[in-house]
Amino acid sequence: MAAASAVLQSEWTKIRTVSSTVWTLASALLVTVAMSAALCALFKSTFDDLSEVEQATFDPTFASFSGMILGQLAMVVFGVLVVGTEYSSGMIRTSLAAVPQRATFLFSKIAVAGGLALVVGLATSFLSFFLGQALLGEHRTDLGADNVLRAVVGGGLYMGLIAIFSMGVATMLRSSMLSLGILVPFFFLISQILSAVPKAKEVAKYFPDQAGSKIMQVVPDAMGSEKAPYGPWGGLGIMLLWVAVSLLGGYLVLKNRDA
Amino acid sequence: MIEAVGLTKRYGAKTAVYNLSFQVRPGVVTGFLGPNGSGKSTTMRMILGLDRPTAGQVTIGGHPFRQLPNAPRQVGALLDAKAVHGGRSARSHLLSLAQLAGIPAQRVDEVLGVVGLQDVAKRRSKGFSLGMGQRLGIAAALLGDPQVLLFDEPVNGLDPEGILWVRNLMKKLASEGRTVFVSSHLMSEMALTADHLIVIGRGQLLADMSVTDFISANSADFARVRTPGTEPGQREKLTSVLTEAGGQVLSEPDGALRVTGLPLPRISDLAHGADVRLWELSPHQASLEEAYMRMTQGAVDYRSTDDRLAHLQPPVQPGQPGYGMPPQPPVHEVPQQGWYAPPPPGQNPYGGAPQGSYAPAPGPYAPPAAPQPGLPQPSDTPKDAR
Repeated sequence: MAAASAVLQSEWTKIRTVSSTVWTLASALLVTVAMSAALCALFKSTFDDLSEVEQATFDPTFASFSGMILGQLAMVVFGVLVVGTEYSSGMIRTSLAAVPQRATFLFSKIAVAGGLALVVGLATSFLSFFLGQALLGEHRTDLGADNVLRAVVGGGLYMGLIAIFSMGVATMLRSSMLSLGILVPFFFLISQILSAVPKAKEVAKYFPDQAGSKIMQVVPDAMGSEKAPYGPWGGLGIMLLWVAVSLLGGYLVLKNRDA
Repeated sequence: MIEAVGLTKRYGAKTAVYNLSFQVRPGVVTGFLGPNGSGKSTTMRMILGLDRPTAGQVTIGGHPFRQLPNAPRQVGALLDAKAVHGGRSARSHLLSLAQLAGIPAQRVDEVLGVVGLQDVAKRRSKGFSLGMGQRLGIAAALLGDPQVLLFDEPVNGLDPEGILWVRNLMKKLASEGRTVFVSSHLMSEMALTADHLIVIGRGQLLADMSVTDFISANSADFARVRTPGTEPGQREKLTSVLTEAGGQVLSEPDGALRVTGLPLPRISDLAHGADVRLWELSPHQASLEEAYMRMTQGAVDYRSTDDRLAHLQPPVQPGQPGYGMPPQPPVHEVPQQGWYAPPPPGQNPYGGAPQGSYAPAPGPYAPPAAPQPGLPQPSDTPKDAR
């Protein structure tokens, strides 16, 4: 019976010895921070052109996370590759022959990769926040203000959860290509488009990224966005449900299917 | 010891393995043979708990694989040489496997030395040749110093030095009292490496016996007879004499005769009586490859056919001279491939299978008696027909 600590150690070795880990996580961080900074600079220079409603509900914290729309895709890629390369390389058979307890194998892998994604996510959100605030000038806020710390920590949690959700989906689909082909358009296009369509947005509100991103807002209906029927923690709860379902699905597939 | 009892695996309507029961004993190298698609890899995966059997069970040392305590220390397996993340170095790959079983990192460097990969240990396995991949896979199997070892096609892609090394390694592992189970397509290699054979075809057990038993049970020995090439008449004469005496005579492409049904001394006496000189009279025993081909010919799923290039060549005008094949020489030719004389009666465990329509052979040499449907036959044209 392979002990969980041994599997955790082995998964850590696996994750730190491939270069895709470094470049996906680094691009998640860099893309988010750089794009957020650029948008914050843009907000500052064009603040007077914003409509009155937008000016009144301007959320400097949320503005400094605006690069996450793109940065989260690198997190999706990280999550998918961590699981998907086991299948595409055939390594999964070697791994499962060494760890016949499939639950131990899967959840150790997700604990290691998810933990790493959370750490990088938190680093990203704090960096993004401080750089963004520095660029916003007189429209800035600071960590001591109401709810701001919750939003910044929440931004890190959001990034990590997106990666873990992707790991669950990739375990279910057992293919990097298929998982990326579904997840990237979903987060980048479908979710964004549906949340702007009148009837569809009632459903889109409950998508993992839409619900989860509420934790990053300090002003609930920031920048003229619609009010959600749940609070920031409620939104994160909905996202956690999605993550739990994807992990459960992944576990059931791994447990019941032949490797 | 590996023990399978009534092992069955179905993928939808297709049955990959059916009611397979065998034992792989410690102390000998057991070869696992079968045509492509016969269920070898599926069986290997079921032994390792990767695929769940539809029925039956397979145990290692009395336990199903998934219930083995610290499986990597008890069972080592090479399933697929390329089953490695290409971006990870050989050493990191082995280290991650070692950590799973609580094996110290020094052991990783040790097995890298054993398989001869110490110089490329830090290189990404993406750039490895198939042979290097096999060595890495063998290193992974040896890592935990296990008592049971499974190798699926271990010599694929290895150079002659590597093949020799694997052969000696298998023998050494078995002589240390371990259970060694090796699948391979290379019959000549199996004949040298394995002591015991398990042969399957279409997912069913065809044979479970020692290599020597297997060859003698499935071989059809014959005598090769050569008459002086300068006197073609002698060959015709000997053929008719031998046929009259009850032998079966087939012609080999180089002009020699393949005689079955008559012992060697009798052939010599008959030739002497007919006043025919012999340039060659040699006994021929079947190799493992021939024995294997004969046994599995009814169980082959994928068989190659001649490439006729029918649509790539300009059509030959009928009656146009100079092109086309000359008429076949009207002699009983030994078939070049795809057909072997059936084994002696009662020796073929695959007799009841769908395509195993072997005719019972009258003699110990198993001559090709009646025409069999579905199998290519030697030409029945008489010698003088034109």
